[in-house]
Amino acid sequence: MSAPLLAIDHLEVVFDTRGGAVEAVRGVSLAVARGETLGLVGESGCGKSVTAQAVMGLIDPPGRILAGDIRWEGRSLTRDPKGWARLRGSEIAMVFQDPMTSLNPLMSVGDQIVETLRYHKRLGRSAARRRAAELFGQVGIGAPERRLDQLPHEFSGGMRQRVMIAMALACEPKLLIADEPTTALDVTVQAQIVDLLNELQAELGLAIILITHDLGVAAGLCRDVAVMYAGRIVEMGPIDTLFAAPAHPYSQGLLRSTPTLTASERRLVAIPGAPPRLIGPPTGCAFLARCPIGDEACRRLPPLAPTGAGGRAACFKAGRDAWADAREAAAN
Amino acid sequence: MARGAHFFDELVRDKAAMLGLIGIVTVVAVAIFAPLIAPYDPAAQDVLARLKPPAWAARGSVEHLLGTDHLGRDVLSRLIYGSRITLMIASAVALFAGALGVTIGLVSGYLGGRADSLLMRLVDIQVSFPGILLILLIVSVVGPGVTTLVVVLAITNWMIYARVVRAIVLQSRQSAYVEAAEVVGCGPVRVIWRHILPNLVAPLLTLAILEFTNIVLAEAAVSFLGLGVQPPATSWGLDVASGRDYVFIAWWLVTFPGLCIVFTVLSINLFAGWLRVTGDPQERDKRFARGVARRRPGTRAARAARAAEGAKP
Amino acid sequence: MGRYVLARLWQGLLVVLGVTLTVFVVTRLVGNPVDLMLPLSASAEQRAAFAQQIGLDQPLPVQFARFLGDLATLDFGQSLWQRRPAAEVVFERLPNTALLVAAGLGAALVLAVPLGIIAATRPDGPVDRVIVGAGLLGLSMPQFWVGLILIYVFAVQLKWLPTSGSATWWHLVLPAVTLGLAPLARLTMLTRSAVIDELNKPYVKTARAKGMPRRRVLGVHTLRNVAIGVLTLAGWELILALSGYTVVVETVFAWPGIGLTAIQAIQRGDLFLVQAIVFVIAGIIVIINIALDLLFKAIDPRIDVR
Repeated sequence: MSAPLLAIDHLEVVFDTRGGAVEAVRGVSLAVARGETLGLVGESGCGKSVTAQAVMGLIDPPGRILAGDIRWEGRSLTRDPKGWARLRGSEIAMVFQDPMTSLNPLMSVGDQIVETLRYHKRLGRSAARRRAAELFGQVGIGAPERRLDQLPHEFSGGMRQRVMIAMALACEPKLLIADEPTTALDVTVQAQIVDLLNELQAELGLAIILITHDLGVAAGLCRDVAVMYAGRIVEMGPIDTLFAAPAHPYSQGLLRSTPTLTASERRLVAIPGAPPRLIGPPTGCAFLARCPIGDEACRRLPPLAPTGAGGRAACFKAGRDAWADAREAAAN
Repeated sequence: MARGAHFFDELVRDKAAMLGLIGIVTVVAVAIFAPLIAPYDPAAQDVLARLKPPAWAARGSVEHLLGTDHLGRDVLSRLIYGSRITLMIASAVALFAGALGVTIGLVSGYLGGRADSLLMRLVDIQVSFPGILLILLIVSVVGPGVTTLVVVLAITNWMIYARVVRAIVLQSRQSAYVEAAEVVGCGPVRVIWRHILPNLVAPLLTLAILEFTNIVLAEAAVSFLGLGVQPPATSWGLDVASGRDYVFIAWWLVTFPGLCIVFTVLSINLFAGWLRVTGDPQERDKRFARGVARRRPGTRAARAARAAEGAKP
Repeated sequence: MGRYVLARLWQGLLVVLGVTLTVFVVTRLVGNPVDLMLPLSASAEQRAAFAQQIGLDQPLPVQFARFLGDLATLDFGQSLWQRRPAAEVVFERLPNTALLVAAGLGAALVLAVPLGIIAATRPDGPVDRVIVGAGLLGLSMPQFWVGLILIYVFAVQLKWLPTSGSATWWHLVLPAVTLGLAPLARLTMLTRSAVIDELNKPYVKTARAKGMPRRRVLGVHTLRNVAIGVLTLAGWELILALSGYTVVVETVFAWPGIGLTAIQAIQRGDLFLVQAIVFVIAGIIVIINIALDLLFKAIDPRIDVR
């Protein structure tokens, strides 16, 4: 079997702050194959965005990669900074959360796409512009020739996100990392963007890592999903398995708090409590403090083990219905 | 107080800010104890000891450590007394300009509406005035002197206080506790006094300290031009002006008073810069982060990631 | 666009009116022009004649109206010292000041931007510390003193450059350096902090994620966004220089611009010449402010055209 497109191996990222070292990512391992779609799901601050930025090589001080490796088609990127820099924007591209601030406000959107093409593809000015117009058509922006010369503030939020996507796709990357691409948008526009990503994925055979706090969005786009909590992956597997039979109490809680079409009649319930501080986090299961079924055994770290249902979960009690009592209590 | 101790810890760690504070304390101490420190009366002339160079120069003597001027006055003593007038004028101006600016800023921010736009227009207009030229015009009409200087510098420097105060008032008026106070029927005076003024103390203090440097420099410049402090009083700016005619034969007359100004202003700048950062939690975090990044070169991976930034041809 | 310029002109007019009122109050009400301008030995008749000549015998509103009318036609009265129209003296000296300011501030701006960027790329690194330290020192030194020290070192000791005057281009060097030093320091510090702030914005992360090299991120993406802040300060420095710093620098170097003229006019009690200088400078400041606003509009089309 050939090496996967992207492999993250025991990645650890910390941020040094005045209060102490924040352990944002604590040993994340995952792999993405060519054309695969993976959702990275979790609450804000769980380390999903930091993981994505680490893949892009965009961790700035006070953050640093403490340990672990990131491999691209089998080659280590952390050992080959020059190679890493060449991948960025050409083979791996990224779409950010806030399309309002993620485009340079004083540069025409056309120029922002053209510069990428000229740099990576060594295209001439007019060839790059033709390609940019083509990309605009591809992501569904009408009148490309006219719109290329406009500044970001002349676009609506959804249109700006389309610009971001066009820009990311400019050099035909093999992997697209989308960091909360729909969070800042209206609900109807969200659906359009998810549809667009789906179409493009099918058409171009891209691999996509979708970072989101919204299981619904992940379900709309991804075949596989990894749930992160407090800097670690707590459950991963096919998204259908996760929806049908979530194994980790956190995943179960997350599902209970996510509106879906099939479960629309059920009441939505938030998980009580808050994630642990990541300055000196607990050494065992980080979810213990909020877990209804956790006990003394969970003070050790549960390994990410196969559940039997096709996925893997980091829980000693994987598969048990953790919230049954809570539901009963609510019903009475 | 724990918070105070914490601040002091941070201050000690920042060498530049600590030096600044020591410098400020030194200048203030010299000004206060001038009569005890100064070896001579700053105005005492001695025709036999004119234009003596500093002690370490060829013809110098320890009797006049920093030499004497064209009238035989002791340079060191003049510098020591000069600190008094500089600090006095700058403090007075900071006080008056601050009082005027704070009042206008409070009124403008609290009343809002017409009064606000009128006052802010006034600020805009006065900011566009040719400042020093107007000072010169006024001084030339009214006649130079310390009082004139203080009044004129105060009326040309209040605008920044008004702007800062207005911004803070607008901000805190929108906050829940001020709205609550107004709802339960606190009068405007009480609201300003109890709820808004406390928010102003730290930023105003920092601003006043930074403005202090501008006033010291302005006073020196106006005195240098002969329109500020008048003899027989002493001022560093005035001393530079009188030393100017002797720059070819007596370098020390210009050099030392100027160094005193630089020392004072630089000390304040060093300390005020630190104070401004420390008053702002976000800036403080950034400072800490940069400190960490500097002290620790980072793991191999992080280093590589950083190197990758600049490596691409 | 036209409305915008008109609004700015209106504000500028208010500034000039404010200056007019201040000057009128200061010269006619606080001080007495007759005492200021005539020698002590002047006789009572001479004083009365002079007072009538400049209209002091009229009621105040009439005086103010005439004052305004004269200003509108750029008639500032006769310079007693130069014995010719004050406006003529001002416009004769103005180019010298313009040259000095252009050289000093131009050099400051050209140097400050790269220095600020270099400092910002490695905040708190050794290079940054040197630049910040030098900057703090630069803005802590009084200009008149810097000028005299430069004269002492480069003219008196090394004899490389002339001490004062304006005969050759070499005469421009020391005054321009003296005038530009503090603005250089302030502009460098501002560029530095603006670039540091800008580099933390999301669009910079986008540019880096696109694989843009650091050079391009700094030089193209960041610089344009920093430009407005830097140019605002540069405009402010221009105003500060015209409204005062040139007085000091020109006095130190005997540079025959309007700053030196202002001091000489004050020393000679030549009130009309001082007035003329104050008004011309106020007018120039108003024009600079409008020009800057239009420039910002060109750089950043999002700026609202009110």
